[in-house]
Amino acid sequence: MRKIISILLLSIVALGIYLSLTKIPFGVPKSKVGKHYIDEGIKETGAVNIVTSVVLSYRGFDTLGEVTVLFIAATGLAVVLKIGRRKATAVEPASFVLATGCRVLFPLILVFGSYIFIHGHLTPGGGFQGGAIIASAFLLIYLGCRERRINEKAYKSLESLGGLFFVVVGLIGLAVGGYFLLNFLPKGQPYCLLSAGIIPVIYIAIGFKVGSELAGIIDNLIEES
Amino acid sequence: MIFVVMVLVFLMLVGAIAACVFTDLVSAVIAAALVSLIASILFYFLQAPDVAMAEAAIGAALTTAIFIVAIRRTSRYEQ
Amino acid sequence: MSFLNSYIYYIGAFGLILIGLYIILVKHNLIKVIVGLGILDTGVNLFLISVGYIAKGTAPIFSRPGTDSEHMVDPVPQALVLTAIVIGVAVLALALSLAIRLYQHYGTLNLRKIREQKW
Repeated sequence: MRKIISILLLSIVALGIYLSLTKIPFGVPKSKVGKHYIDEGIKETGAVNIVTSVVLSYRGFDTLGEVTVLFIAATGLAVVLKIGRRKATAVEPASFVLATGCRVLFPLILVFGSYIFIHGHLTPGGGFQGGAIIASAFLLIYLGCRERRINEKAYKSLESLGGLFFVVVGLIGLAVGGYFLLNFLPKGQPYCLLSAGIIPVIYIAIGFKVGSELAGIIDNLIEES
Repeated sequence: MIFVVMVLVFLMLVGAIAACVFTDLVSAVIAAALVSLIASILFYFLQAPDVAMAEAAIGAALTTAIFIVAIRRTSRYEQ
Repeated sequence: MSFLNSYIYYIGAFGLILIGLYIILVKHNLIKVIVGLGILDTGVNLFLISVGYIAKGTAPIFSRPGTDSEHMVDPVPQALVLTAIVIGVAVLALALSLAIRLYQHYGTLNLRKIREQKW
């Protein structure tokens, strides 16, 4: 009975989506704002990667909202899971190949993740991708070296410092110029590492924040003590 | 070229239907990871390298790890 | 055939949205429902990026001095989808923590049985 009603509802939804999809042509330029961002992007922000300049300079306030949502989700998960803690059971150590492999790969993955968020304004990448790669390096540590416990306060303090740094940089922009997240550092030459004003500075803070946040989420889910 | 995209979209839909049908929850999660991986390849074909990197790192790796840790703390088979 | 040629990305995204909605509506196990939520999320992101595609366009990055900017893909949907992917994983993590607490309280994750128990 439930399946028949749900298939009926889904066919109504499918008809509605189909009737509107045929009106959206594929591969045709649709908006003028994108054209303006591509033409004036390097002159106004100094970043060569146009998607980075849209995320952090033209729509920087939405990125602040996203950082807040991530913070709320990580804190909510820590609060919900702390109520049902139980005693730790004995964990058997991992095999020798797995442990050695994880120990060798961990610094290499950290360096790769840092490279991606430091060069966010020059190549495809940025804070969120680099932070996710750093979190998967910590996941390898939880798989390979199981008897090692990382302090939970380190995750929380690093994450809070990253978020605070983002807001402080925005407020300095408000104090110096006219509006929040004003680009107050000099723009420099394009294609150089130290260019594009506050964009690499904010992406480094976001990289640290997202990396420690996702690693803290995995830590809260695994730990049972 | 368009033939490669059609094969990939067909595989993605087969993976999504498999995630619906399997009763072993670990198999369903791995089918969802296949959907995420093929979506990341399709993002690359649509000329969006930032989004492809984000979907591959977050959707295929971290989501699967979080699901498997949660399944380990609850039951494995669908009742 | 040419309809299939030009709309293949829309069909893929549309199919994922419908399958995700079906899993959320019909299945009883809570973790299956959360898997369906993830598939729905992936479908919507694929649809947004395929709307912003321009035929014979390239990625919106000036990789070398002197790259022409005549045929670049729209950068605004890519920035929005970047945000949406990260928020999707945060929502999935919070939903899974609630599922773990439900299992510790009721002993089962079957939504029919939980609805019958009523404390």
